[in-house]
Amino acid sequence: MKAASKCLFSISVVIAFGLSCFAQEAHVGNLTGHASEGKKHYRRFCIGCHGPLGDGNGENAQWIDPKPRDFTAATFKCRSTPTGTLPTDQDLYNSIGRGFTNSNMPHWDPLPDQTRLDLVAYIKSFSPRWQSEKAGDPIKVPPEPSVTMESITHGAELFQKMECWKCHGQQGRGDGPSAPTLTDSKDQPIRPYNFAAGGDDSRFKCGSSNQDLYRIFITGVDGTPMPSFADVIQPNDAWDLVHYLRTLQTQRHSKENEVLKAAGGKIPVKPSDANPPAQPDNKGSGGGN
Amino acid sequence: MSKQCFAVLLVIIVCPALVFGAGTVTGKITYTGTPAKMKPIDMSKEPSCAKQHTTPVTTEAVVTGANNTLANVVVYISAGAPDESSVPSQAVTYTQKGCQYIPHVLPMRTGQELKVVNDDQTSHNIHPLAKVNHEWNKSQPPGTPPLSEKFDKEEFIPVKCNVHPWMHGYFVVLKTSHYAVSGADGTFKLPDLPPGKYTLTAWQEDYGTQTQDVTISGSESKTVDFSFKAKPY
Repeated sequence: MKAASKCLFSISVVIAFGLSCFAQEAHVGNLTGHASEGKKHYRRFCIGCHGPLGDGNGENAQWIDPKPRDFTAATFKCRSTPTGTLPTDQDLYNSIGRGFTNSNMPHWDPLPDQTRLDLVAYIKSFSPRWQSEKAGDPIKVPPEPSVTMESITHGAELFQKMECWKCHGQQGRGDGPSAPTLTDSKDQPIRPYNFAAGGDDSRFKCGSSNQDLYRIFITGVDGTPMPSFADVIQPNDAWDLVHYLRTLQTQRHSKENEVLKAAGGKIPVKPSDANPPAQPDNKGSGGGN
Repeated sequence: MSKQCFAVLLVIIVCPALVFGAGTVTGKITYTGTPAKMKPIDMSKEPSCAKQHTTPVTTEAVVTGANNTLANVVVYISAGAPDESSVPSQAVTYTQKGCQYIPHVLPMRTGQELKVVNDDQTSHNIHPLAKVNHEWNKSQPPGTPPLSEKFDKEEFIPVKCNVHPWMHGYFVVLKTSHYAVSGADGTFKLPDLPPGKYTLTAWQEDYGTQTQDVTISGSESKTVDFSFKAKPY
């Protein structure tokens, strides 16, 4: 009996050890990142801001706004996965390489791929969530329809209907009525994204392509006031919103701004409470669920 | 025949629980001292909500009644609760109406379905600032169907809407279904308690928790009152 329980115990230890080993790795493509290696790089590149405990309380943190990420909470802004779920290794890997615009987090693209992936593996060791949970299922981004005035106009209507302007402002300048009151999940003041700032080099927090923009409002930006719209917006509508948001970047060259310019530069305004009968013809039932 | 057998078996199993297990704990929550004044809420930025209120709206962190009673206090069995493996199949509902949360404090069982409803003509975002459970944040424009969620771990989760910064509430996720929220008169009732020794915990969002032990034998009714010391600020 005793031997049996001992055996069981050792098996469970082996399993637990195996799981923790698994959690200390990160995978992107054919590469495997190792936390033991990542720790060395972390102590060199990351510890100053994110701190020895990974809780975002490094010695530089007090001078930094927005604050460095707290890895112990395992809440991440840039994900391909639904709100409330863990990001994929690829998401974290991309975030390190991309850096975070409008923050002190630089892009770490100059580091070798292997180093960045080792860092991902080490970052995952700061929260036990990585041992008990898998990453969420990445949301699907359907192929982008072509940019048309109809799409942009409908996007503008959705911008009103979804009340994006409450925070981002009517011109997308990040100056909506709720903007001054916004705080992140650590009660630090935080600004909504200003679409109008910046030119051709402007980037969003989680990427710079139309696909990235689509993903940002579908997944939400966890830990910030930006919610997920996954349950309340259909794929075709989401693309229309993407096309409209691009026109708010007035200083940036884009297909969307060209189409808008060719149409006279003005988006026709419809009464906000009217349900235009033409809409089903334009949008059909396309997009599905 | 087999159906009758089943019925008889059911009676044999259930009856003892009904006969011996109908203990009840009732009580009243009061405070001593002077609670802080609740702050007035200005909803003028959201006219569709402002017009729903005919009387001034204030924050709801401390809701008092006549004779120093406290409402919105969650009382639950924190230790000794009978084993409850089954999660209630009916959902609990959290409604956003007039840019307020109804109820302000919503207790639920771990794993129980939570429905979040938007009755307003404005977009809300439901943002539970969970630390033990997962933090998530979802938009709910007017006219969209209820959100369905659940929480797996015990936690007192502050809930906010970032669009309307005055909106605050709580999800209270408990490992037991034996819970109650004190009403406007400060009273609560925990029925259907089998005999046993229990620890009762009372939680108020600003005043913290208090515990008391109670022993139930047979189908008796016991009274357990709690008194919180009010914080003036």
